[in-house]
Amino acid sequence: MPVRYPGFDTLALHAGQPPDPTTGSRAVPIYATASYVFDDSDHAAALFNMERSGHVYSRISNPTVAVFEERMAALEKGVGAIATASGQAALHLAIVTLMGAGAHIVASRSLYGGSHNLLGYTLARFGIETTFIDPRDLDAWERSIRPDTRLLFGETLGNPGLDVLDIPAVADIAHRHGLPLLVDSTFTTPYLMTPFDHGADLVYHSATKFIGGHGVAIGGVLIDGGTFDWMDSGRFPTLTEPYAGFHGMNFAEESTVAPFLLRARREGLRDFGACMSPHTAFFLLQGLETLPLRMQRHVDNARKVVEFLGGHAAVESVAYPDLPAHPDHALAQRLLPRGCGAVFSFNMKGSRTAGRTFVESLQVFSHLANVGDAKSLVIHPASTTHFRVPDEQLEAAGITQGTIRLSVGLEDPADLIDDLAQALKRAQKAV
Amino acid sequence: MDLPTSPRLYAYTGGRAFDAAKPTVVFLHGAQHDHSVWILQSRYLAHHGYSVLALDLPGHMRSDGPPLETIEAMADRIAEALRAAGVGQFIAVGQSMGSLIALELAKRMPQAVRGVALVATAFPMRVAEPLLNATRDTPGEAMDMINIWSHSPSIAGFDRKPSNPGPGFSNMWQNLRLMQRIQRRNGASVLPTDFVACSRYAAGLETAAALQCPVLFVLGTSDSMTPPRAAKALIEACRQPRVVTLPHAGHALMSEDPDGVRTAISEFARRVFAPAS
Repeated sequence: MPVRYPGFDTLALHAGQPPDPTTGSRAVPIYATASYVFDDSDHAAALFNMERSGHVYSRISNPTVAVFEERMAALEKGVGAIATASGQAALHLAIVTLMGAGAHIVASRSLYGGSHNLLGYTLARFGIETTFIDPRDLDAWERSIRPDTRLLFGETLGNPGLDVLDIPAVADIAHRHGLPLLVDSTFTTPYLMTPFDHGADLVYHSATKFIGGHGVAIGGVLIDGGTFDWMDSGRFPTLTEPYAGFHGMNFAEESTVAPFLLRARREGLRDFGACMSPHTAFFLLQGLETLPLRMQRHVDNARKVVEFLGGHAAVESVAYPDLPAHPDHALAQRLLPRGCGAVFSFNMKGSRTAGRTFVESLQVFSHLANVGDAKSLVIHPASTTHFRVPDEQLEAAGITQGTIRLSVGLEDPADLIDDLAQALKRAQKAV
Repeated sequence: MDLPTSPRLYAYTGGRAFDAAKPTVVFLHGAQHDHSVWILQSRYLAHHGYSVLALDLPGHMRSDGPPLETIEAMADRIAEALRAAGVGQFIAVGQSMGSLIALELAKRMPQAVRGVALVATAFPMRVAEPLLNATRDTPGEAMDMINIWSHSPSIAGFDRKPSNPGPGFSNMWQNLRLMQRIQRRNGASVLPTDFVACSRYAAGLETAAALQCPVLFVLGTSDSMTPPRAAKALIEACRQPRVVTLPHAGHALMSEDPDGVRTAISEFARRVFAPAS
């Protein structure tokens, strides 16, 4: 027998689920139940008190959801995972498990608009402050760390300009200051990159995107690499000191490598309640089974579309790290050897009218607010996903009024290119 | 808690304060591990009538000092600490390398040890020379090999139910991260030192034969590190052996079958601590 772990493709199909022991069901059953019958009073008490493994109430855990969590943990090489109601819920769960009012975050300014809003406005209202910095400026990461900083945060591929986060360098800065690095890996998925291999400590996904791939379910997942030494850092009393909300449990004593997940489930999921439903987990598992096949096709199609756009007279620039001209090309070659995903932006020549005509002329691409679907998608960030972001920050993130974001799907690439060509022609006529 | 000894010896007490007046269960982990491998079993027993001391062995995680080079030296240090802490009657539960320490602890404290539980054990516990060399030369690869061999083969190592310590956790990656953490925190010498101690331990059969207390063996049928056949000589040497075999569980028995191990140990504890009729 070879001494190796099962491969990615095998884990994507099997991890977290033996055939159902009761029915023999090969597919993951949907356990549509709010709660679970106890064997007796002792069993009930032991489950509540974390003396035995099992399910009590589906807000805290559910067998279908657990398969999804364990499969994602297996693929990311994390010690465990918690599935959430959305990617935003996963980000919120990570932050509130680590800190409270009076804490500070250093974050990349190239974030999904919703994340930017959460950090810049909503959490600020609850006393958690964020400093946004240029993710390529390593000095800025270090310079922005303060005594009350508790987290560094960025996206593996920044939204929407595809800045490649230099995870090894930023993680090194974080760790020198006794801080963890959280990354949003939605655009890359574990197929293109496993951030824990590069030094990240916590990873989350909007599973609505490539993980599911079908665009039928909203979900998120937060994974702990088990690599960060909370005890050694000394900055995280929520994990290393007794917690009155669970009979004085000291999570770092219970589990050396997974105190973060214990607290996140026993407090954040329990109290905030942004859990995933078993039906959603089932949908996402259907997508996860084909993740490696789909991601490779997404990347292959994206490369063809990028090549087409790069040579078109109506296109001013294409931001895709596979291209030698992209400022992060060398870093992408190192961190993303399989490819840079299938979501990217390009700038059209001409006015806002040209952009609007282009988007409205597309037939195969769907105009909507999502990415990572099997179907190709298009959106105009300045008026939609990033409409709340101030102009100066938009400019700093590389977004102009002419920026168009594409999410390249799994269609025949010739049809995608034909569709883009006819829409660009119409847009040019509209100028 | 820290036991009253120097260098510092840490013990997790299962979420309850240690009470020397209660019957005690002492948990002893294996090579390159710490107390947290017993998370469910130790917490359960601490809430079911026992005092629990789940130790970090010397030089492992929170316990100070260098890792000790022989099983006998580990047993000496632990016996000294247990006496200093005023521990009365106890059972010693050890996994893998910890099972050998449990044997030696019973030899040193025959009046106090009421029973010994040997989980995933073997004698002799020789570590193959190529693996031993890898622990020194390529420790990252060695930890991957150990991790793979510690779990059920192929995909079964990634789909065990119930998950440990609860839904949503990965047994495989928790075990690897724990070994890596100990390497970072305690140094690269821990793993080869532990393995050499296991390989060199020679007194297993005589020690087992001299035991006056009951001995429980908990073995996994998918254990490729210490397969059940490798425990045969020890079982035959014991006067009062009891064998529990857990189907489809690998060397990391406590995480691969947490309920099976908990049930075996708690029934054993109930039996050995039961008042004589």
